[in-house]
Amino acid sequence: MLYRQRLAWGALALLLAATVGVAQEPIRPDPVRSGRDFQAPETRAMQDDDGANPGMLWVARGRALWDEAVGAARRSCASCHGRADETMRGVAAQYPRVDPSSGRLLNLELRIQQCRGERQDAPVPRFESDELLALTAYVAHQSRGMPVAVSVDGAARPFFDAGRAAYFQRIGQLNLACTHCHDANWGRMLRGDRLSQGHGNAYPAYRLDWQAVGSLQRRLRFCNTGVRAEPHPFGAAEYVALELYLAWRAKGLTVESPAVRR
Amino acid sequence: MRSRLVVAGFLAGAALAASAWAAEDAQNEPLTGVPGDAARGRAVVLSRTLGNCLLCHALPVPTERFQGDIGPSLAGVGSRLSAGQMRYRIVDSTRLNPDTIMPAYHRAEGAVRVAGPFRGRPVLTAQEVEDVVAYLLTLRE
Ligand code: HEC
Ligand code: HEC
Ligand code: HEC
Repeated sequence: MLYRQRLAWGALALLLAATVGVAQEPIRPDPVRSGRDFQAPETRAMQDDDGANPGMLWVARGRALWDEAVGAARRSCASCHGRADETMRGVAAQYPRVDPSSGRLLNLELRIQQCRGERQDAPVPRFESDELLALTAYVAHQSRGMPVAVSVDGAARPFFDAGRAAYFQRIGQLNLACTHCHDANWGRMLRGDRLSQGHGNAYPAYRLDWQAVGSLQRRLRFCNTGVRAEPHPFGAAEYVALELYLAWRAKGLTVESPAVRR
Repeated sequence: MRSRLVVAGFLAGAALAASAWAAEDAQNEPLTGVPGDAARGRAVVLSRTLGNCLLCHALPVPTERFQGDIGPSLAGVGSRLSAGQMRYRIVDSTRLNPDTIMPAYHRAEGAVRVAGPFRGRPVLTAQEVEDVVAYLLTLRE
């Protein structure tokens, strides 16, 4: 091969590397560590004690909603799903997941909205409404302690690839990608925050700053505005794909919802 | 076979580019005709809405309780780097290290999904960069 040709290849490879910004190989943090480990001892203690964890109030409200007959057909979640501690055990650990009938990737919130709207014929609870957070926290809580185990193959593959690309994409006026903070610098101080590995296994989580439970997407929007990037709307396909990539990275961790954060 | 050639090409390209990067690490020409003002620069560096350098750097300012440790401490940076080297890093640090976490403070092109009020604008104006350089030059060992 001619030297000049080789140079052309080199220039092309460089150009590609430059447009991609950072290497796009999916990488898992090693060793993998839950966000809980980066919290102050008092916050960890609050998470570990159900009596002190304010997130448990949302779980309790979700339990009540589970049995409440609503909508035109007066059906409750329990009418179809029975006891959540049996039928919902392990479900959250597998989300986001591709809905076989629509081919869409759904996170837990979207799945619950779908059941409320299409199967109960009731008004769809809005994102970040107390109702949706309570139901999501209740369902997620049934998987507490179970390993995060999402599928990223077959129908899920294109979503996984999109999530991975988003994770490595520099965005915003500060021009940073998730990887810069959560792969390259976890454990270090970003002003007053100790950077964690950016896992989603805590969510829905109670945040002391919010004085409320919030979804993983609320946290992602925060990480977007922090770098002065335009956040996506709640439920956006971009965020659900990113959630899938995060769940893949979290291999080795268990579901901790509702966790407690600063 | 093809992949080996691509790798070889990539290495050649990378080596060329690396030598180009190594050759340049200073921007000696000031960005404006007005000399930097160290007092204003200090305010820019500490401000959460302008420089917010404490996100990642420690500074010899004891009244600031929360100081990051992602980048090196800027204490004594005035003895380590020239004005040109500082300017070069602050304007666009990715020229030295394409994977850097340090934001490019005076480059607006190439940014993706920038939030409305910040769109099309660099983080700092040219004069603010000059002020910051003037302040950093006062941080001597
Ligand atoms: C009319 C029956 C019905 C009602 C009422 C109903 N669901 Fe469902 N739900 C289903 C069916 C059917 C599926 C499986 C859909 C599929 O696999 O495509 C499902 C799936 C789910 C899943 C995903 C399970 C998995 O393994 O992926 C969750 C979570 C869920 N429902 C939560 C709820 C909640 C919370 C409520 C009450 C707000 C509710 N559902 C009400 C019928 C119902
Ligand atoms: C400028 C640094 C920065 C960038 C870039 C960033 N984050 Fe974060 N992120 C933080 C900080 C600070 C926190 C709060 C402390 C912690 O848990 O790391 C956080 C928290 C999180 C959490 C919650 C972790 C937990 O256990 O509660 C997740 C998930 C997360 N980030 C994901 C992302 C994703 C995905 C991206 C890219 C879209 C991203 N972050 C970009 C700084 C950043
Ligand atoms: C998001 C993190 C981050 C922010 C914010 C940041 N820096 Fe940096 N900075 C770094 C890192 C990391 C380095 C080390 C070199 C590298 O990795 O590119 C660095 C290096 C430097 C250096 C070279 C220091 C030396 O001793 O070689 C200077 C000067 C500097 N930064 C100035 C600033 C100024 C001034 C600001 C605010 C306007 C700022 N930085 C904001 C992360 C940051």
